[in-house]
Amino acid sequence: MIKINSQNVLEVSDLNTWYGDKKILSDINLNVSHKEIMVIMGHSGSGKSTLLRYILGLEKTKTGLIKLLDKEITNLNKKELYRLRKRIGVAFQSGALFSSMTVRENIELPLHENTELDEETIHIMSRLKLELMQLSGTESLMPAELSGGMLKRAGLARAVIMDPELLFFDEPSAGLDPITSAHLDNLILQLRDALNMSIIVVTHELESAFKIADRIIILDKGKIIITGNKKEIEKSKDPRIVNMLQRRAISNSIDAEDYLNRLTRK
Amino acid sequence: MSSRLSKESILNNLLIRLGVAGIFLYETIQSLFIPPYSLNLLLKQILFVGARSILVIIIAGLFVGMVIALQFYDTLVRFGSVSLLGSAVGLSLIRELGPVLTALMVIGRTGSAMCAEIGIMRVDNQIDALECMAIDPYRYLIFPRILAGVFCVPILTAIFIVVGIFGGYFVGVILFDVSAGSYFQNMNDTVLNRDLLMGFIKSIIFGLLIVWISCEKGFNLHLDKNGAYGSEGVSRITTEAVVIASITILFSDYLLSALIL
Repeated sequence: MIKINSQNVLEVSDLNTWYGDKKILSDINLNVSHKEIMVIMGHSGSGKSTLLRYILGLEKTKTGLIKLLDKEITNLNKKELYRLRKRIGVAFQSGALFSSMTVRENIELPLHENTELDEETIHIMSRLKLELMQLSGTESLMPAELSGGMLKRAGLARAVIMDPELLFFDEPSAGLDPITSAHLDNLILQLRDALNMSIIVVTHELESAFKIADRIIILDKGKIIITGNKKEIEKSKDPRIVNMLQRRAISNSIDAEDYLNRLTRK
Repeated sequence: MSSRLSKESILNNLLIRLGVAGIFLYETIQSLFIPPYSLNLLLKQILFVGARSILVIIIAGLFVGMVIALQFYDTLVRFGSVSLLGSAVGLSLIRELGPVLTALMVIGRTGSAMCAEIGIMRVDNQIDALECMAIDPYRYLIFPRILAGVFCVPILTAIFIVVGIFGGYFVGVILFDVSAGSYFQNMNDTVLNRDLLMGFIKSIIFGLLIVWISCEKGFNLHLDKNGAYGSEGVSRITTEAVVIASITILFSDYLLSALIL
């Protein structure tokens, strides 16, 4: 069990967001410590990805407080926000690689744009990250030539190329087979141990969450219904959590006779 | 009552759209002051907007010049003024047809591709990825395209006009035996510096408008509330970008002509 440092790399308090009149996130309070792996879980539409967008400053909020690496992001101007983002890495669900660039060009892009390192050093850094992701030999391939798992790993390589202090990973297991998914889970653990990163993973894969998380947050309809470690989650009596643990669908069963009546009703 | 409300809502939406497009241009201009500056990105766009459009522009310019000469010859011959053919072809190409038709060709070939490319980048989170990598998408994606548009469209217009004049020469001088000397001499006498300046100013403004409208539609796809967001959304905004850019070019052509003349 990893010892969690008391210094928080992320603090969110009283975050409420709306889309038009509809409330998307309600009273979100969370914190992530140094070298901690925090998993944000919930079923589709629960607000996981929206929460991630607010934490990353991709959406602006007027309520609540979001403190990322000791900076209150809601008060930052564009220049300060970009300076802060150089210290974080984000791996997107689809990989979000640029289709007109090779894998190497994609991975080296943050170094080319944000540092003044020479070409040779940049090549060495990208080669090391590709080796870490077991993607050696794919440097000159285009993203369209990669499989789903390789795309995610290439996206992850680009996210960690600047050795960020905090890594965000959106849906690492989505659309992958169990073996590739397990490989990505191992990679996330390795990154925390080898590169001393704090990691926030957004997922709906229970197995993956239990394997990698120090703490898990479960969202339902935009609200945090529980925060805790694997044991605390398993002990919960909340029916929504019990259903999720037992992989039960939300009850919307229809009586067969009623269904037939509705179907034949004029 | 409901018709008044609907008019207000249309006006409201139009003002919001104009505001969003204005902010987009402001952010792009502001990104000019954020280093690093990449010559590679600019050259890549110049290649795409300019170099790869040359063949299309030459073909279009040639046929437009030929058809103008044909139409003017048919009219001028009735008044015994075929010697004015060079003036008519030169003035119509330099003042109006050159800038406008080049712009419309660039919209069809380049503007639509830019809009679709940036729209797909929005759908696939590539623009968010740039933001998260601390790379300003306005500086990285939009500014080189705008600069390439402003730089290349006047050059393409000049090529269109020159090829068009020679297309007119082919029809007038070679096919209909108009004197080559009078074709060029009359053109030289009637085309003034002011006409050249008008064509040049128009082509610069058209270059800016084409890239601004095309890129803005793709970039702000997520703000578009008119329909689906994915591939259908990209297809819809690409069509919209082509239609809006074409109408804007025709409208601003009239406006600029009225201002300059």
